[in-house]
Amino acid sequence: MIENRPWLTFASHATLLVGIGLVALPVWMALVASTHPASAFGAGHIPLWFGDAGGQTWGNVLFEKAGNGVDTPVFWMMLNSLIMALGITFGKIAISLLSAYAIVFFRFPFRNLCFWIIFMTLMLPVEVRIVPTYEVIANLGLLNSYTGLTLPLIASATATFLFRQCFLSMPGELVEAARIDGAGPWRFFFDILLPLSRTNIAALFVILFIYGWNQYLWPLLITTDDAYYTLVMSIKRMLSVTDGDIAWNQIMATTLLAMLPPVAVVIGMQKLFVKGLVDSEK
Amino acid sequence: MTVTFPQKGLPWLLLLPQLVVTAIFFLWPAEQALEQAFYQEDAFGLSREFVGLENFIDLFTDPLYYESMLTTLVFSFSVAIGGMSVALLLAVMADRIIRGKLTYQTLLIWPYAVAPALAGVLWWILFDPSMGPIALWLDNIGIDWNHYLNGNQAMILVVIAATWKQISYNFLFFLAGLQAVPRSLIEAASIDGASPFKRFWTIVFPLLSPTTFFLLVVNLVYAFFETFGVIDATTKGGPGQSTTTLVYKVFDDGFVGLDLGGSAAQSVILMAIVGLMTVIQFRFIERKVQYS
Repeated sequence: MIENRPWLTFASHATLLVGIGLVALPVWMALVASTHPASAFGAGHIPLWFGDAGGQTWGNVLFEKAGNGVDTPVFWMMLNSLIMALGITFGKIAISLLSAYAIVFFRFPFRNLCFWIIFMTLMLPVEVRIVPTYEVIANLGLLNSYTGLTLPLIASATATFLFRQCFLSMPGELVEAARIDGAGPWRFFFDILLPLSRTNIAALFVILFIYGWNQYLWPLLITTDDAYYTLVMSIKRMLSVTDGDIAWNQIMATTLLAMLPPVAVVIGMQKLFVKGLVDSEK
Repeated sequence: MTVTFPQKGLPWLLLLPQLVVTAIFFLWPAEQALEQAFYQEDAFGLSREFVGLENFIDLFTDPLYYESMLTTLVFSFSVAIGGMSVALLLAVMADRIIRGKLTYQTLLIWPYAVAPALAGVLWWILFDPSMGPIALWLDNIGIDWNHYLNGNQAMILVVIAATWKQISYNFLFFLAGLQAVPRSLIEAASIDGASPFKRFWTIVFPLLSPTTFFLLVVNLVYAFFETFGVIDATTKGGPGQSTTTLVYKVFDDGFVGLDLGGSAAQSVILMAIVGLMTVIQFRFIERKVQYS
């Protein structure tokens, strides 16, 4: 504190509270909307305070069907989302750890070329090469499958860079000592490198889980079978019914359920989340 | 210098999974896009003919493409500047506070975890012309809100939804930047009689410029490539073309319009843009590392 200015401190708190209020506003509205029967909407207004149909809507959406043309219950789509998110997260971490290990601790021809090939994936987000990637997946027969949902997204330049950075900062004596003690490359990897990278892996896990869970365009394109719908993309299918028939209460309940897991991860693991965010931008 | 292992074959084995995935799902499609961009295909995918640069010429003589470019620029800069201003204000306020900083941070950062498509839906119901509370309130004060018909209002809606999600990210980086400003400088200015307002503009803000520039690039990349969900879930690029950004157009022309050649040509142009932005981002970050 440089100086004591009570008014300024008061203004700071007030601004922050207003900011928090504005940020939370849409979620509040969604929560309220999900507690009213579908007939409460479209009458020229949205109810502004909680109704009493919440339990029923949430129960229906979670265990029977999400509604609005999507017959799969939310818990099933949640499971799909979870499989996709974890598949992408573990996949990315595993292959990036291995490639960073190869690039940092071995010398071999075309080492730099490999590095640049991995680097190039940064420049090719799915959104940009959407049509040909779809064709590749269709050719490989991976439409409507968990492999199709996860595999194409697990190459990761960001994670490789992060682990490379982390490995480069480890003292060379470590490898030397390990080698003198007779440890081979695998033993070194599992007994020394992995334990030392634990926090980095955890931080990256949080970021990648959010990334995986929130995938939208990709699942939208390659899943046409209800059984493989993920939660986030199902919203789009739910919104595609003709205008007048949208049951907003069900959509809002589904939306809230779809954002709940990643939001819980951010709040519950705030420290790791912030670390992951900062690390992955370096 | 790192000490290395002598094995020659092992590193290839270690790199194999990453290289295979990259080759099949990144390089191959990219190459396909590059090739497709020079062909014209009929809608059923039965035959195609080599047309040289025609797809690109079509694109650059199409007023809709320029319109989409302009839309993208307006959208991206609005999202970047809007999000950064709000976040900077909140971060400056949070930086002043001693107790409860972490609580405020927690309550501000969670929107980062909300998928763009969901952010779009959340703001949609607030602005829905027939029942949204904000739309109805706007009607009351004399603004006729209907983002289904009014292109500018549709743009405002997607900008708000996309910005809302990004505030948390900007907030975290600005707060970190502010905490790195040396207290002694601010103390000195304060002793010289500079008001908090003046201290901010003459000392803190210039010292934040690396963070600001970095965030500008990141936000532009975000608005360019990661907001597909916001647009697709709310306006679908409409009304007319008013919210069709370049990325949305690639999808729309390719999957809805089935103009594969045109879509591929757009993909190629976008790849060039991402490449350029990545290089800018990396050059800048290298410099930051050097001078810090």
